[in-house]
Amino acid sequence: MIEAVGLTKDYGEKRAVDDLSFAVRPGIVTGFLGPNGSGKSTTMRLILGLDRPTRGDVTVNGKHYRDHQAPLHEVGALLEARSVHTGRSALNHLRALAQTHGIPRRRVDELIDRVGLHDVARKRAGQFSLGMGQRLGIASALLGDPQTLLLDEPVNGLDPEGIHWIRHLLKGLAAEGRTVFVSSHLMSEMALTADHLIVVGRGKLIADTSVDDFVRRASGFVVLVRSPQATRLAELVRGGDDVVVDSPEPGVLEIEGLGTEQIGELAAEHGIVLHELTQRHASLEQAFMDLTRDEVEYKPFDTEEAVA
Amino acid sequence: MSAVTPALPTLQRSGRVTQTRVIGSEWTKLVSVRSTRWSLFAAVLLTIGLPLLFAAVTSSHWGSMGAHERADRHPLDIALAGVNVSQLAIAVLGVLTITAEYSTGMIRSTLIAVPRRLPVLWAKSIVYAVVALALMVPSVLVAFAGSQAILSRHHILQIAFSHPGVARSVFGGAVYLMLVGIFALALGAITRNTAGGIAVFAAIFFVIPPLMNILPTSWNNAITPYLPSEAGRQLFSLTQDAHALSPAAGGILFAGYCAVAIAIAAALLVRRDA
Repeated sequence: MIEAVGLTKDYGEKRAVDDLSFAVRPGIVTGFLGPNGSGKSTTMRLILGLDRPTRGDVTVNGKHYRDHQAPLHEVGALLEARSVHTGRSALNHLRALAQTHGIPRRRVDELIDRVGLHDVARKRAGQFSLGMGQRLGIASALLGDPQTLLLDEPVNGLDPEGIHWIRHLLKGLAAEGRTVFVSSHLMSEMALTADHLIVVGRGKLIADTSVDDFVRRASGFVVLVRSPQATRLAELVRGGDDVVVDSPEPGVLEIEGLGTEQIGELAAEHGIVLHELTQRHASLEQAFMDLTRDEVEYKPFDTEEAVA
Repeated sequence: MSAVTPALPTLQRSGRVTQTRVIGSEWTKLVSVRSTRWSLFAAVLLTIGLPLLFAAVTSSHWGSMGAHERADRHPLDIALAGVNVSQLAIAVLGVLTITAEYSTGMIRSTLIAVPRRLPVLWAKSIVYAVVALALMVPSVLVAFAGSQAILSRHHILQIAFSHPGVARSVFGGAVYLMLVGIFALALGAITRNTAGGIAVFAAIFFVIPPLMNILPTSWNNAITPYLPSEAGRQLFSLTQDAHALSPAAGGILFAGYCAVAIAIAAALLVRRDA
C-alpha cells in the first residue's frame, strides 16, 4: 500500500509534482501513466525517500520509506535511471545490496538465474545492454522478496520476450497479494498489464480510475461520412443533442453521438447521397493523448511520434 | 533463458539493516571494483618503491656527493619519501569511493537499501580507514627496513627503529595516509563530483601551503602550522621546526579536521536530495 497526500516537489522554480494524492492498493497492478516529464520518476523518488517533498507526504505500508527497519523487504524498486556501478559485476552488485539486509548469497544466485543473467553475472555491469541492465534492476527489486514493487518504465529496452516476461511477472506478483506500481508513458502497455490507472500530466493528477472504466470511456466511436452534400448533412445532424460534427476536409464529416443507422436513415430521408459511412473506434492511445493533451510539457512537432 | 517464470521463491526474512551489515556491504563494494584494487596497489608500490629507489640512488652516489648534499640526506626522510607521493593515490581513491557512486548512479541503489543514509557514510569511512591502515602499516615498515638494508654500507645513514621518534614517525606515516583517505572521502561526499573533490583536495594540500609564503613571515609562521597538511605532516616528521606543532598536537588537529569534514559530509548527506 502506497499513500500520497498533497505530494508536491519543486526543483528551484520548476514544480515537478503538484499536489498529488493517490493510493496504490495491494493485489492489483496499478499503472502510473503520463507523458515524459510529467513527474512520474520524481514521484517514485519521493516515495523512496531519495528526494524530500516540498509539501505533502507519502508513506509505504503505513510508514515513511526512511523509517522502515528493513526497507528492501518492504519495497523493491527499479528506477528509470541507471543505478549500478559500471565497474562492478552483476553478482557483486546484488551481493553488496543483499548484505545490507543479511540476505543470503543463495538468494542472489537464485535471482540471477530467474532474470536470465546467469551467463553474464560476472561481467562488469558497464558492458550490459539496456535490456540486461533492466533485468539486473529487476533482480535487485526482487532481492528482498518485498510486499510492494515500484517499477519505473520496466519494459524500456527489453526485447519482446523480455516484455512478455515482465508482464507475467507483474501479474504474478500482484496475484500473490503484493502491491505493484508500474510507471509507463505507453497506454498500450498499461492496457495489457494494469488493473488500475493513475494518470498524471505536468505533475498533476488527471485520472485515478480502473483500466476497464478508462477503456469504456475511451472507446467511444466516431462515424466517418463521405458525401458530396456534406455541408447539408452537417446542418441536419447538428440539430440533435450531444452531437459533435467535425469536418477534417471538404466532403468528409466525423460525427460523434450518432450511430451509422441514424445517419444513414437521416440521409435517405433527405435524399442525400453517401459515398461512405464507417464507424471508427477511438484507440486507447488516442484517449490517453486526448486526456493529457494540455498537460504535455514538450510537444513533439509531429504528434504521430508520440503514438509510435 | 526461459521466458515465463512466475512465482519467485519466498525469502526467509533476515531482520533489519544494521551498521555491521552495511560495513560488510561496503567492504564488498570496495574490493569488487578493479580501479580500487589498482589504486591501492599503486599506493603500496609508491610507499615502498620510492624509498628503495631513493636509497639505492643515494647509496650508489654517496662517494661523489659533497658535504652539503650528504647532510641533506636523512635516513628517515628516505624511508618515508613515498608517503608524500602515495597520499595522492590514497586521496583519489578516497574521493572516488563516494563520487563514483554518484557518477554511475549507484548511490540511488545504495540509499534505497539504506535510506537512513548515515550508516553508509560511517561504513565507507570505517572500511576505507581500516583498509588504508592495514595496507600502509606494513608498507612503511617494509620501506623503512628495505631502505635501511640498502643503505647498510653507510654507517651515517643507519638509524635504529628504537631511536627516539623513529617508530612514531614510521607508524605516523601510515596513520597520516589513513587520515588523508578519510579527509578525501569526506570531500568526495561534500562535492559529489570526482573532479571537484580531487581539486579541493589538491588546493588544500598542494596549493594553499606554498601560497602562505606570500604572507609576511610572522603571519606565515602563525598560520602555516595549523594547515591540515602541515599539522598532519608532523605525524611522520622525526624533528619539528621552530613554529611547527608537536607530533601529538599536529596529529590531533589533523584528525580534528577530518572529523569536521566528515560531520559536514554527514549533515549534507542527510539533508540533500540524492
